[in-house]
Amino acid sequence: MNIVRNHILISIDAGTIMAGARAVEDALVKELIKYGLDKEVSVLETGSLGITGRGVVLVVYPEGIYYANVIVKDVPELVEEHLLKGRPLKRLILTEAPKRTVITKEKTGLLKEQPRIVLKNCGFINPENIDEYIAAGGYEAIAKVLHNMSPEDVVNEVKASGLMGRGGAGFPTGLKWEFAIKTPGDEKFVICNADEGEPGTFKDRLILEGDPHKLIEGMLIAGYAIKANTGFVYIRGEYGLSIERIEKAIADARAYGLLGKNILDSNFSFDIFVKKGAGAYVCGEETALIESLEGKRGHPRNKPPFPINAGLWGKPTLVNNVETLANIPEIIRNGADWYRGYGTDKCPGTKVYTILGHVQTPGLIEAEMGTTLKEIIFEYGGGIKDGKAFKGALIGGAAGAFIGPEMLDVKMDFVNLREYAAALGSGAILVMNEDTDMVDMLKSVLHFFKHESCGHCVPCRLGTARLVEIIDNIALSRGKKEDIDNLFDITNAMKAASFCPLGQSVSLPVSSALKYFRDEFMARVF
Amino acid sequence: MIRATINNIEVEVKEGTTILEAAKKAGFTIPTLCHHPDLKPKGSCGICVVEVEGMPSLKRACMTEVVNGWKIYTNTPLVRTTRKTIVELILSEHDMDCPTCIKNGRCELQNLATMLDIKDIKFKNNEKKKKRIDDSSVSIVRNPNKCILCERCLQVCSDIQTVNALALSQRGSETIITDAFDVGLGNSVCVNCGQCTVFCPVGALYEKSDIDKVWDAINDKDKHVVVQEAPAVRAMLGEEFGMEPGSLVVGKMYAALRRLGFDAVFDTNFTADLTILEEGTEIVTRIKEGGKLPVITSCSPGWVKFMETFFPHLGEYLSTAKSPQQMFGALSKTYYAELKDIPPEKIVSVSIMPCTAKKFECQRPEMTDSGYKDVDYVLTTREIARMMREAGIDLKDMPDEPADEPMGQYTGAGTIFGATGGVMEAALRSAYFLLTNRELQDVDITAVRGMEGIKEAQIDIDGLKLKVAVAHGLGNARRLLNKVTEQLKNEGKSEYHAIEIMACPGGCVGGGGQPWGSDMARRARRGETLYKEDKSLPYRRSHENPSIKLIYERYLEKPNSKKAHHLLHTHYFKRSIIDGKVINEH
Repeated sequence: MNIVRNHILISIDAGTIMAGARAVEDALVKELIKYGLDKEVSVLETGSLGITGRGVVLVVYPEGIYYANVIVKDVPELVEEHLLKGRPLKRLILTEAPKRTVITKEKTGLLKEQPRIVLKNCGFINPENIDEYIAAGGYEAIAKVLHNMSPEDVVNEVKASGLMGRGGAGFPTGLKWEFAIKTPGDEKFVICNADEGEPGTFKDRLILEGDPHKLIEGMLIAGYAIKANTGFVYIRGEYGLSIERIEKAIADARAYGLLGKNILDSNFSFDIFVKKGAGAYVCGEETALIESLEGKRGHPRNKPPFPINAGLWGKPTLVNNVETLANIPEIIRNGADWYRGYGTDKCPGTKVYTILGHVQTPGLIEAEMGTTLKEIIFEYGGGIKDGKAFKGALIGGAAGAFIGPEMLDVKMDFVNLREYAAALGSGAILVMNEDTDMVDMLKSVLHFFKHESCGHCVPCRLGTARLVEIIDNIALSRGKKEDIDNLFDITNAMKAASFCPLGQSVSLPVSSALKYFRDEFMARVF
Repeated sequence: MIRATINNIEVEVKEGTTILEAAKKAGFTIPTLCHHPDLKPKGSCGICVVEVEGMPSLKRACMTEVVNGWKIYTNTPLVRTTRKTIVELILSEHDMDCPTCIKNGRCELQNLATMLDIKDIKFKNNEKKKKRIDDSSVSIVRNPNKCILCERCLQVCSDIQTVNALALSQRGSETIITDAFDVGLGNSVCVNCGQCTVFCPVGALYEKSDIDKVWDAINDKDKHVVVQEAPAVRAMLGEEFGMEPGSLVVGKMYAALRRLGFDAVFDTNFTADLTILEEGTEIVTRIKEGGKLPVITSCSPGWVKFMETFFPHLGEYLSTAKSPQQMFGALSKTYYAELKDIPPEKIVSVSIMPCTAKKFECQRPEMTDSGYKDVDYVLTTREIARMMREAGIDLKDMPDEPADEPMGQYTGAGTIFGATGGVMEAALRSAYFLLTNRELQDVDITAVRGMEGIKEAQIDIDGLKLKVAVAHGLGNARRLLNKVTEQLKNEGKSEYHAIEIMACPGGCVGGGGQPWGSDMARRARRGETLYKEDKSLPYRRSHENPSIKLIYERYLEKPNSKKAHHLLHTHYFKRSIIDGKVINEH
């Protein structure tokens, strides 16, 4: 029997693959064989370690030392120093690596601990190995549900947990499920919205890459709860590795009898199919997503009827975001009361954020609802890079709000941010330092909306086009004072009369940018 | 019932009533642009937004059903500024050469800007690009610079006609409506029905005009210009001159055409009667001799191209009889030319049609049986009205005059060709006679009348239970023919002996060349007008028409004779569903 003394977990996600993670992994294995260490040191693939933009990232256990920006040339030195001689290779150590704890909140000694519910397995298990998911307690929740709970019990548990939809709008998930169970219909569908398109957001991708089985289990539970037998994962087409991993996970789950007919000897049958999106931001809007899934042009539908009443092919359809569904297995396994131990009263649980921009440690984190923006940026994110000052942040992607330094102490959750006319949205936190040109920032946001407007309704189609022309002029210091009024006239009309949330949400970045950084705009109009 | 208030006025409406309808009941017209009563609301323009107390966002009146207890406000400051901003946004993108636009004075966008008192367009658009005008079709011109993307044309083309020639392409502010592959309607599956031109609220879709060519012919002393008018035109031309929808203007129409300078004013109704004799004889022969059944009518050129493209296997079931327009054209350059001793090359044959597809039909290469192009120019109802207006002729002021002989006389059977079911009714009136040698006593076959999408009737002819079906609008035609195709495949025969298909909803009274701003209700009124005329005429069966008897005596011998076959019958092709081009002959 081998006693393994060191485990090397190497992050294999879309970002690290581009940085050469596979080559580094191969080199590591070869190098270990060379020294005859391959029996003592194991190299394991895992999902995102939560660190982005730092090349190939790996962690060596039991020391828990993170290395970043590792290239193939570094491997001989790394193996010789750390694994042969037992001296960590200082020049590659990521000192500001984010600390993580599993649900128990145990301390392990790095920067800032994270309560991990959704990301529990991300960066720990091999996402391509179903046995590792099961060993980590995976598929326990569906077993519990199938044998000890009625669909109504499940809905009540989710309702009691207070979970709110993590796609952006924060609609109570349990309530949505309750509508779904009450809607009559012999055929119902569960759709996982994995069409993550909000700029700066990549949490769903890293969940899918890091722990695809969790999503499958969440969808199974949802299917059981609302009495659906078919699920679809509508996934952004550019997410190559996510697609590969979810498809493998589905195949493995089928092989284990966890998908298909009479799951775990119950009367419940459920299967999941993957559908790739073609890159339209609007298809993240649930009704446009459904149109696209039906093979049509991705245009939103009128609501009512809501998908829960008449969705895919006119049948009752539950649409939930990846992160929402990934919360479900833990809620069922540990109970609603346990879940409510995290976050705030009105917004229980955690939120997965992607922190990017001018921060020390950009990446993926999970934090309790109600964590202040200051904690997220300065503790999880390690503060502003290069010793610069914080100027502002864009929260929730392009459809989110700009905020200034006066908002740093605001507690981040769906309910609280609404009071400040901001939104948690997708959980993207784009941090900007003192050198950032806010006019330019708004300009890129508006260009994004012009590009992504589907073209169905006048306010959004032409509103975004005129907004871009106006902001381009202001950015070139050619703007007129009335241009500022026109920005508001257009976004007000868009908010009031756009057909879907895409157009309605453009007023938020515009009004917030002008609220916190008005002087910068006024300096460029005459 | 549901109770709500609109601007504090109480209304009681049925469940399912939209805010738009409820407001009308309370005396308020909520402005709309993309909305059309015959189409499912799509809510693309956002003009009709209203405020509902307690609701976070504005609601679209066209597609939001009133909920009990709602307090709805249609003219709040937010609603008014939102509407104006939307109109200004549309105008910032629109090609505003209104005085020279075909829709000037009849444009729904123009009317809306007037109604909302728009005085200025705040938003400048310096990047406005000229888009290519699509004039590849012989029937329809598409000017994307005028298009406001209301999607009405798409809806009628896809949902009602199921042709799907038009589609949205590109995205966001780059979005355009175009044909597949953007190669032009003339190179697409478009069947030229022209319903898109009827539904377009602005000047983005209209017929390709032949007005100038007709003026040139009239002004050419060397040419003898004859004119025919389709049955439906007499029930709709009045609307172009402000008359009540459904006004019957036969005599005034003849007088006006004569004053425009046409050398002879005839009537398509005459050849409609002739069609019945040819087609009716064909039906009777096929029934008696065990030929292909059902016989399917062939007078609607939009339908014929639709069949050639989407149902080519039914080509051999179509009657080989030409449409009345093309029969007329062939006879104008043979029978009439010989009778009047005019060299056929000097005759210019013009037809006035409620139809855009007729422009396509007249230029089909096989439509030259007279030795010349049988029909030279087709003008829509809208075009002839424009000519009359330019010439200072107001239809209202015209006296009633008769048509010219020998191709002007018609029966009630000929005139009802213009309404859905009319051809079938006319055919049955004569088929009864042809089969039994007795006259059908009650000629009003009401089962095939009206606006129901697919109609059926059965008449007993000496024990033969003749079953017929009628469909109007190509979506209905598709449904009916899918059923017939299934029957032919599974049982080797269909339950029907004869089927009438008209491409346009309502039949020709709802044709693609009808006056702008029509809806189904108006189409129905025009149809009723034709049935009224039918009732008032001395002859109501095509075979009773003295001029028809005369033409067989003098020229054609008998129905389906060799000469009749040469001049009055045609054949069909199989067409590509990619570009609508001919693949092969049947």
